[in-house]
Amino acid sequence: MARQKPYDGVALCAPVTTPYVRFSDQTAHWWAGAALAALARQTGLGPADFDGFCFASFSAGPDTVVGMVQHLGLSPRWMDHIPTGGASGVMALRRAARAVQMGDAEVVACVAADTNQIDSFRQTLQGFSRFSQDATYPYGFGGPNATFALIADNFMREYGVTREDFAKLCVAQRTNALSNPLALMKKPLTHEQYMQARPIADPIHLFDCVMPCAGAEAFIVTTPEKAQELGLSTARLAATIERHNAFADDPVQTRGGWARDIDDLWAAAGCTPQDMDMVQLYDDYPVIVAMQLADLGFCDKPALSRFITENDFTIAGSLPLNTNGGQLSAGQAGAAGGFQNVTEGLRQILRCPLGDQIPDATRALISGFGLVNYDRGVCTGAAVLEQDVLR
Amino acid sequence: MTDPLTPPRRKDPLVTTHLGHVSPALRSRAATAMAARAGQGRFVLQVCDDCAQATYPPRDRCPFCWGALHWQDQPNGAVIAAQTTIRSSIDLFFKDHLPWRIGTARLDAGPMATVHLHGDVGRGDRVRMELKLDRAGNPALFAMPEKETPHMADDPQLRVFTADPKYRRILVTDGRSATGQAVAEALLKAGAKTVFLGNADPLMRYPGQDRIEAVDGIEPVRLSLTDTRSIEALAGQLGGRVDIVVNTVGFTRQGGVGFGGNLNNLQSGLDLEVTGLMRLAQGFAPALSARSDDGDNAAAALVDIASIHGLTGRAGFAGSSATAAARLSLIASLRGEMAQTGIRVISVLTGPVDDGWHQNVPPPKTTAAQIARAVVTALQQGQETICADEVAKDVLARWQDDPILTIREENK
Amino acid sequence: MSKPLLADLAMALASGQVRVIDLTNTLSPDFPVIVLPPEFGQCAPFRMEKLSRYDENGPAWYWNNISMNEHTGTHFDAPAHWVTGKDLPSNTVDAIPAQDFVAPAVVIDISAEAAADADFVLTRDFLEQWETAYGTIPPGHWIALRTDWYKRVGTAAYLNLLEDGAHSPGPDAGAVEFLVHDRNCVGLAVETVGTDAGQASRFNPPLPAHSILHGNGRFGLQCLTNLDQLPTFGAIIVACPLKIEGGSGSPLRVIALVEGKAA
Repeated sequence: MARQKPYDGVALCAPVTTPYVRFSDQTAHWWAGAALAALARQTGLGPADFDGFCFASFSAGPDTVVGMVQHLGLSPRWMDHIPTGGASGVMALRRAARAVQMGDAEVVACVAADTNQIDSFRQTLQGFSRFSQDATYPYGFGGPNATFALIADNFMREYGVTREDFAKLCVAQRTNALSNPLALMKKPLTHEQYMQARPIADPIHLFDCVMPCAGAEAFIVTTPEKAQELGLSTARLAATIERHNAFADDPVQTRGGWARDIDDLWAAAGCTPQDMDMVQLYDDYPVIVAMQLADLGFCDKPALSRFITENDFTIAGSLPLNTNGGQLSAGQAGAAGGFQNVTEGLRQILRCPLGDQIPDATRALISGFGLVNYDRGVCTGAAVLEQDVLR
Repeated sequence: MTDPLTPPRRKDPLVTTHLGHVSPALRSRAATAMAARAGQGRFVLQVCDDCAQATYPPRDRCPFCWGALHWQDQPNGAVIAAQTTIRSSIDLFFKDHLPWRIGTARLDAGPMATVHLHGDVGRGDRVRMELKLDRAGNPALFAMPEKETPHMADDPQLRVFTADPKYRRILVTDGRSATGQAVAEALLKAGAKTVFLGNADPLMRYPGQDRIEAVDGIEPVRLSLTDTRSIEALAGQLGGRVDIVVNTVGFTRQGGVGFGGNLNNLQSGLDLEVTGLMRLAQGFAPALSARSDDGDNAAAALVDIASIHGLTGRAGFAGSSATAAARLSLIASLRGEMAQTGIRVISVLTGPVDDGWHQNVPPPKTTAAQIARAVVTALQQGQETICADEVAKDVLARWQDDPILTIREENK
Repeated sequence: MSKPLLADLAMALASGQVRVIDLTNTLSPDFPVIVLPPEFGQCAPFRMEKLSRYDENGPAWYWNNISMNEHTGTHFDAPAHWVTGKDLPSNTVDAIPAQDFVAPAVVIDISAEAAADADFVLTRDFLEQWETAYGTIPPGHWIALRTDWYKRVGTAAYLNLLEDGAHSPGPDAGAVEFLVHDRNCVGLAVETVGTDAGQASRFNPPLPAHSILHGNGRFGLQCLTNLDQLPTFGAIIVACPLKIEGGSGSPLRVIALVEGKAA
């Protein structure tokens, strides 16, 4: 297989997060515009200045990126629509990076925006995908909770991972969230509270679940020269992987596409998991966080329980995890939930975190996981980001 | 072990009746094709024309080689690989049916599937898969115990997919015929609480009257499907209490179209069987629909018994076959309407019935007992279409295989 | 010049000296019709489908479509109803002269006999004895058989259909021959479902009332009610069938004019 070529001449900058709200009477268009306005405030760029636009959303229907471009007055020479939810951040990053590197665009705004109106979550689920409409939701309509309950049920027995382990991940993320003023969860979460939470779909309990909300995330992919001209701090894209519908024959999902391509990621990045100052992992459920830790090379699956026990996942800990609180504590704003791992990773290495700063952080591992089309997440991706220039 | 169903308590008049929500209804065309087969009690999956591998969920091309797919009966064994109990749902139907157990099943046929779990099965168990229809008439994979367990049919999750007569109150529209009487008795034997037995002319005795009306659980009622007023009167009286309606009326007469046909017989048959079916539906469908999700007391089904020759026509029984055709057509439309309200509409298809109107038809002929058995089975299984006898099965199989040939054969 | 007859009648009607008795049963889906063996064509009962009742199908009006046999409910039998009358002139309801629709009646009360024996057969002997007691039956009259059978309407005893057939009173051939040929009656008016006795298909000849009445151009009126309110002599029956082209009979409203104030 052809090796990945380096992302030379690509600069990642200007991560923005619009403050989330639990319910919003606004539309995805409004939230996307809010994210662009935040980018404009940070960079001074206006609609005419972006020649690339990459968009992710679940709730913009009937519009795609096309409708959004006209709605928001953009005139890009390159655009892309990324309907892959939790994997959309990494995928937007990859696509925008190559467009900039090859000169198809110079300044790409990558935006994920979703609203959450009363009852819109149910409606989104109902029409989410053909397989889920035919073969998942009619089975109790537990939503993603039920699907991940089946995955967790199998994973926990297969690899000896326990609720205690999940508790540790969730409690750590909540601790991280407490320093993030934008996190929806404001109260500490204790181990006991986690363990005693009401069951939602066994073995999934309340604090294993994200809270759907409205919000938007955005960042800019451009050239180092343009970033310098704008006075923006930048990060480099060291390496990426992406894989969809991997291991389709696995009866129940116990691994994602990362497991297939992880060696390529570390080879291209020229570093190892141990070199990472943080991991920003897609965290719709702690079982998926655990799965990623293994598939991304931090430990073997049978060793997961011990690995979790031996590490501290808080910002001050041995392996800071989802330092903004992740979706579990900051909220899941639809497709923006698949962008916040990118924006938070960028902020940490660009030294502009929403909450506490990981001391001396320069390298971030970002991992995305998206789209439960039927019985498992189909889309996976990962990226290694490195601090480049601080301005 | 399943707790045996207890007789439903009388309804508290101060408690609001549960609205008849149905399970989420949006489906692909392929899933709808699966439903059509599920309605016949078959366990089918799509199989590739080229690589012969089975696939699920319903697709439009083979995921292994991109070949075309066709539906095929499949081995119905499976093993449950994972399970969960859903305790929270934002769906209007399921939130009233929590907790709800589902699992991941490794089907013997190959694919993995998310399935509903019977209360007696769980992770690691070998199960017998059934392809059911949900309340909205959509396909549902249901994992049953491999071997019969005590009170197996009483499983509350299973009962969502069936219309089991147990403890239900049932209207049998015509008790004057041997068929109606056999159906009524079979329903009582299957656990029905009451059978309201229709009599179009209470002033006129009928064969078997003294015996059937003395059976415990039978309540004779005046009902003539040709008399709108009698249906309105009965619906007003029983509409809120009937859980299942079984339409046993029939008017079969011999005769052709250009030769030997009798217009009055055709009109009588059409009025009783076709217009009568619409009168019956208009009388009882609204009340059934309003109670389709009312706990153990829920209304469940409307069953119609018609000749298989409604599909094909039949030499010598032209008018009656045309009547059956119209009847089947109405039932198909009614099924679509009732799927939106959660009431199963069941067709019991028969060959020539062993009655006074088929005296010169050679055997095999359908007995009243066979029809009664088919009615009970369809209700217990939640099937949409069932053949009562070998002739009906034979014609249906040929019709499904080659309709235009079968039409020709049956009219020779 | 004598006083105009109709003026007297008009005055009598207006003053109530002449009363109108309704001899008609209500047409309803519940009213029984004659039952033949199943292999024959069956008499359709009365049926009614609402077209509109001040609703979306007709906001300001109420009406129904109705259907029935020519011989449903209180009805008139024309000569063409029976094979014996098939070749007579003017043998269908549309062709019968209107003059024949208004005629006096003589009421023969066999209610006691019918109560004692549902299969009571009216014979020529019985009629001759009756005439001895009440007087000769005049020509041009309806012969109204009072059986009080109408009181059985709404019960199984009306058709009285047992496993060996129906059981209701009616005339034998001798009686009908006598009424037709010797008394020149207009027709036979009965409360039962047919002019013939319930068991008359076993008579010799079978069904003598239908056979002889219609074979001689006479009429039948069936399913009447209230014959017990008529005097033996002196009532006038008005029985106008619908003018159905080629019709063998017709449901109709039958009324009787009788003298004297209501009791």
